[in-house]
Amino acid sequence: MITFENIHKSFGSNHVLRGVNLTVERGESMVIVGGSGTGKSVLIKTVLGLIQPDKGRILVDGQDVTKVKRDAFLSRFGMLFQGGALFDSMPVWQNVAFRLQRGALKRPLAEAREIAIEKLRRVGLAPDVADRFPAELSGGMQKRVSLARAIAAEPEIIFFDEPTTGLDPIMSGVINELIREIVVEMGVTAMTITHDMTSVHTIADKVAMLHRGTIQWCGRQTDMAQSGDPYVEQFVNGRAEGPIETLR
Amino acid sequence: MNAQMILIVRALGRLCIDAISALGRLVLFALATLSHVFRPPFYLREFFTALLNVGYLSLPVVGLTALFTGAALALQIYSGGSRFNAPEVVPQIVAIGMVRELGPVLVGLMIAARVTSSIAAEMATMKVTEQIDALVTLSTAPMKYLVMPRVLAGLMAGPVLVAVADSIGIFGGFIVATQTLGFNPATYILNTMNFLTSADILSSMAKGMAFGFIATLMGCYYGLNSGRGAQGVGAATKASVQAAAVLILAANFLLTAVFFTA
Ligand SMILES: Nc1ncnc2c1ncn2[C@@H]1O[C@H](COP(=O)(O)OP(=O)(O)O)[C@@H](O)[C@H]1O
Ligand SMILES: [Mg+2]
Repeated sequence: MITFENIHKSFGSNHVLRGVNLTVERGESMVIVGGSGTGKSVLIKTVLGLIQPDKGRILVDGQDVTKVKRDAFLSRFGMLFQGGALFDSMPVWQNVAFRLQRGALKRPLAEAREIAIEKLRRVGLAPDVADRFPAELSGGMQKRVSLARAIAAEPEIIFFDEPTTGLDPIMSGVINELIREIVVEMGVTAMTITHDMTSVHTIADKVAMLHRGTIQWCGRQTDMAQSGDPYVEQFVNGRAEGPIETLR
Repeated sequence: MNAQMILIVRALGRLCIDAISALGRLVLFALATLSHVFRPPFYLREFFTALLNVGYLSLPVVGLTALFTGAALALQIYSGGSRFNAPEVVPQIVAIGMVRELGPVLVGLMIAARVTSSIAAEMATMKVTEQIDALVTLSTAPMKYLVMPRVLAGLMAGPVLVAVADSIGIFGGFIVATQTLGFNPATYILNTMNFLTSADILSSMAKGMAFGFIATLMGCYYGLNSGRGAQGVGAATKASVQAAAVLILAANFLLTAVFFTA
């Protein structure tokens, strides 16, 4: 279970998060929606300690994330970064098996490679991709490799930051299905950031909408269409007119 | 008038505070790096890759600059020495000039150009594309995995590169002196050998170590603290090379003062 308690974060004069309160239950698939630049990525990064909040606490299974043993804590997580964030200095399989090649989860080389190839197959990539370099792959393939890396060490909690952004609709559908399968099959707790409503429908148990630095609405995905919240309404229907200001 | 003075003083004060806090952050970064030297895990593969990049692949450029500099030095000392009727000092002065100053400084500036820039650009790009964040989430400390191997490689490769530069520089002077200035090869070598002391060579190696450390550290520091976007990468690279070059020359002065003003 992940609990955000009154999280604030500013960058200079840019007050991004202004008191976020949110709970994600164990085994639940939570989707965070909201416009670009509302601080969705920042919110997720605060859990992993990549960004320190100015105020507030984050609890994972009741434990304050600033007071845990970092290595053991981080080994419970997998993350798919918005831009993939694959290490371009190493071939695909070493990216996927990165965690399995060093530190507490270190395995013999052959075994690590085998697991990497198995995870690549899981995300629909052929074994011959394993020895290519990330720069040689298309955007969709990079996303899938990144997905494989996120699940390689069988994490309990996975974050997906805009898994379908920049992909064609068919590839988006494939990735959405994959994420749903992985979440169900591995029984993980998942937080997914997206502004793609198809993703929301495929992936989400619950949906939270981030707007102006706070959670504007949070509820079951099935209740989203009848939320009665004008902000959610505008977002779901993709309308230019409404309470959310658009810059034009 | 008075208000203007206050503004000026305030601006100066801010400048000083900024400079001191920047220096403080740098020193903390250096100490943090050094504190990792003896604590596992050690990433051997990264270390050897860094050694290859910092040391081995710098050899051609270091060798060439040293060769030409030693050769030019011999010509200048010969023409300068002739004015005092002492053209025969060429081997001694070339040796001392290369070993005490030019060898280390050339190596320092060359690796600032070659190594600092590439480390800074690589790490800044990793920062901008979230690869550094990804490393952290994969339970790998960037300080250990990225910084330590490179800085250690700088510390080790520095003295070796300087030894190479010293030798090739002296060799450059030797070629010019014996081929065009009419020096006897055997006497030239003998004069060089007899003149250099172990203190000269020791200072040269110490400088190499210090410069290797500075060059790699600056690359890492500015790379990891890069701003966002392509502009951030460019700015980080530029700043790292500037800082490395200036600090190397400042350190060179300090070390010379320490070694040779006893
Ligand atoms: N490291 C940082 N330094 C400065 N500003 C940042 C940083 N990270 C994010 N921001 C700012 O915070 C805001 C939210 O960013 P982000 O969380 O990436 O948005 P999104 O909701 O699209 O994921 C943006 O205005 C961005 O410019
Ligand atoms: Mg984002």
